[in-house]
Amino acid sequence: MENLGYLAVLLAFLLSAYATVAALAGKLRRNPFLELSAQRAVLAAWLMTTAASGILLHAILTDNFSFSYVASRSNSDLDLLYKVAAWWGGQEGSLLFWSWIAATYSFVAVYTGRSKHRSMISYVVAVMAATQAFFLGLVAFEANPFQVIMSGPQITSVPDGRGLNPLLQHPMMAIHPPMLYLGYVGFTVPFAFALASLITRQPGERWIHTTRVWTMVTWLFQSIGILLGARWAYVVLGWGGYWGWDPVENASLLPWITGTAFLHSVMMQEKKGMMKVWNILLISATFFLCIFGTMMTRGGLVSSVHAFAQSEIGSYFVWYLAVGIALTAYFILTRLDYLRSEAELESVVSRESSFLFNNVILLASCFAVLWGTLFPVLSEYFTGDKITVGAPFFNKVNVPIGLFLLFLTGVGPLFAWRRTSAESLRRNFQSPALAALTCLAALLAAGMRHFEALVCFSLCAFVTTTVLLEFYRGGRVIQRKQGANLAAAMVELTRRNTRRYGGYLVHMAIVLMFVGFAGAAFNIVHQEEMSVGDVIEVGPYEFQLQNLSEMDTPNYFRAVAAIDVSRRGEFLETLLPERRFYHASQQPTSRVDVRNRLREDVYVVYAGQSNDGASPVIQVYINPLVNWIWIGSLVLVIGTLVALVPSRRPRRPRRRRAPRLREGSVATAGD
Amino acid sequence: MRKQLKFVAIIGAIVVTLAWMGVSGVQQSATYYVTLEELMAMEDAGSKRIRVGGDVADGSIVRGADHVAFTLHQQDETMSAAKTLQVIYTGADPLPDTFRDKAQALCDGVLRADGTFEATKIQAKCASKYEAEPGEAAAPVYGSAADGTSD
Repeated sequence: MENLGYLAVLLAFLLSAYATVAALAGKLRRNPFLELSAQRAVLAAWLMTTAASGILLHAILTDNFSFSYVASRSNSDLDLLYKVAAWWGGQEGSLLFWSWIAATYSFVAVYTGRSKHRSMISYVVAVMAATQAFFLGLVAFEANPFQVIMSGPQITSVPDGRGLNPLLQHPMMAIHPPMLYLGYVGFTVPFAFALASLITRQPGERWIHTTRVWTMVTWLFQSIGILLGARWAYVVLGWGGYWGWDPVENASLLPWITGTAFLHSVMMQEKKGMMKVWNILLISATFFLCIFGTMMTRGGLVSSVHAFAQSEIGSYFVWYLAVGIALTAYFILTRLDYLRSEAELESVVSRESSFLFNNVILLASCFAVLWGTLFPVLSEYFTGDKITVGAPFFNKVNVPIGLFLLFLTGVGPLFAWRRTSAESLRRNFQSPALAALTCLAALLAAGMRHFEALVCFSLCAFVTTTVLLEFYRGGRVIQRKQGANLAAAMVELTRRNTRRYGGYLVHMAIVLMFVGFAGAAFNIVHQEEMSVGDVIEVGPYEFQLQNLSEMDTPNYFRAVAAIDVSRRGEFLETLLPERRFYHASQQPTSRVDVRNRLREDVYVVYAGQSNDGASPVIQVYINPLVNWIWIGSLVLVIGTLVALVPSRRPRRPRRRRAPRLREGSVATAGD
Repeated sequence: MRKQLKFVAIIGAIVVTLAWMGVSGVQQSATYYVTLEELMAMEDAGSKRIRVGGDVADGSIVRGADHVAFTLHQQDETMSAAKTLQVIYTGADPLPDTFRDKAQALCDGVLRADGTFEATKIQAKCASKYEAEPGEAAAPVYGSAADGTSD
């Protein structure tokens, strides 16, 4: 089996390499047979990586501990779900998983796009197959998951594996890595289409549409991945927070930021023919940041507390990045005439300039995060001292950036294209500004004095009002024409321009998340050694340790603390935080218990034993508003999905059928 | 021209503000990341925030009422003698689950005048242990049968 698996990896590698060469050769020598065979090689490479993955998965599921990967990542008593998760729980398997996703994307992108983009599909094939070949090469020659355990000349096996890292044994962790990988790998597709269109100097806007749709799909996956990671950190790691500016987290955030910038600025290219160089730079940066992020997490460039797999594969990534960036730069520089802007900025107060500032700010944030993450590497190189910067640095820079972005989210839609008249400014800003000031006054009256939080909540009120007004005004227009009720009119409005109104929903999601972020300004933390019967008071709550119980399961030993939570003397519920000791890996972990409410979370951790070992240490966190982040996450997913649905043309009167209009030629309100 | 100046001025203002915040952020949180050996060689170590890495010496953990004391230890081929450092942990958080004898630990804190290290935050890592330690039962040699046969 191990030989078959390895053979499949090797064949997939060769097929991908062949697809790259054949696609390029076929294109340059105008040989359609070669081009077609390159496309078929993409399909074959997908089948091979699927086979290899299937074999590895089979070995994991059947507890085949002669595979050293299985022996070190799984154990026989592991739940089925986590056995599947062991596929990407370690270095070798995760690279195979990466390759499999890359192959799947290539296969889907090539076979859905080849008839629409006949003149450039071969370059798309070449870019995607080259990336895939790189990762398969790593799997084949550097991180082979099909190694077996040898004792002398014989293949042996160990009686049981050492198990999946207990921190990864959480349902969230079974979904988080695949989502993040789908995001990371997915950005290859829009990059491939953008680069191919640049190389072939594609006229028209069809390629922009394809690139944008793929960017949205991968952006969605990346967002879900990041948010699930935050959620996982919150419910599993037990430090009461969801984001710690760890290098691995930052690595996933970087391409998300540039991807977000691209999704905004590509509108300028579509509508005005502007910012073409900028856009190609953004999508390239996004792709290379994805590779860079993979290198950071897989290659051990920056040490991180939760780098679960590290090895010396970093140097291959450096080469890949260097060659890729050099080629991209070459194509951009030799095709600057194709990228010339068709219009220029006319006014500081315009939709265009709000997009421009949005981009500047997003890039500044991306740069700051990258700078902070690489600070140890850079400072060691330039000064000889390895200096790290922590959360205070990232927060100091990114909190104002975030607030300014929130502000732009609100004002952007209020500006007209080209320039905005003073009169329309006054009309559009009146209600949102009023809402923001009312919110500010109310919070001040309620005694809130935290500066950033006040700014944040007022801006949230501002943006919410603008979004609601957009829906309301558009809905009224349709309502007047069709006489339906307002809610139905708003749904109709959204269906006519899914991208615009889906985008507004995403903006609303961002507002909800910012409400949750601002809540962190009012977090309370308390920690105490408790004996059975003890009561502690934190904020308005009282906590009483009722009892301690212990239990043994095949996978782990657990100790549970039962803690009664009451609020001002009124009993609410019993929380059951626990400590687990995993047999296979000999590692202890904490399982937190949380009382989730929209107003605030009560988050209790059985953190460990007191220093003398006699009594449990209990940590209590009161985290206001944190649930709005997860609610915002759901809205974000819904909004992005809405934006991905093709817009419907306005309903025509029943009696006479108008001639079919071409997609995209219908102007919708205000767009 | 006036229009371009406006754009340049606004973008310039944004960049300068952020740069200023970045610099002050760095000053607030810059921590020197050193090995034990480098810490011993540092001259002005007492005045800096330091993160020092090393192994927790076997059996050295002493748990007191409001602090935990242990010895950090570093020894490799290039060093003539092992370096050790007495660390007193005074932070509020309970020590991480991974903090045990022989674990790799990163201690954030300051070097006190008496030569002991006062740590306020400790991260411990056994990920590398996780990677490197072979299965104990059969003490097998990890190798690859596939390498030789398939290509």
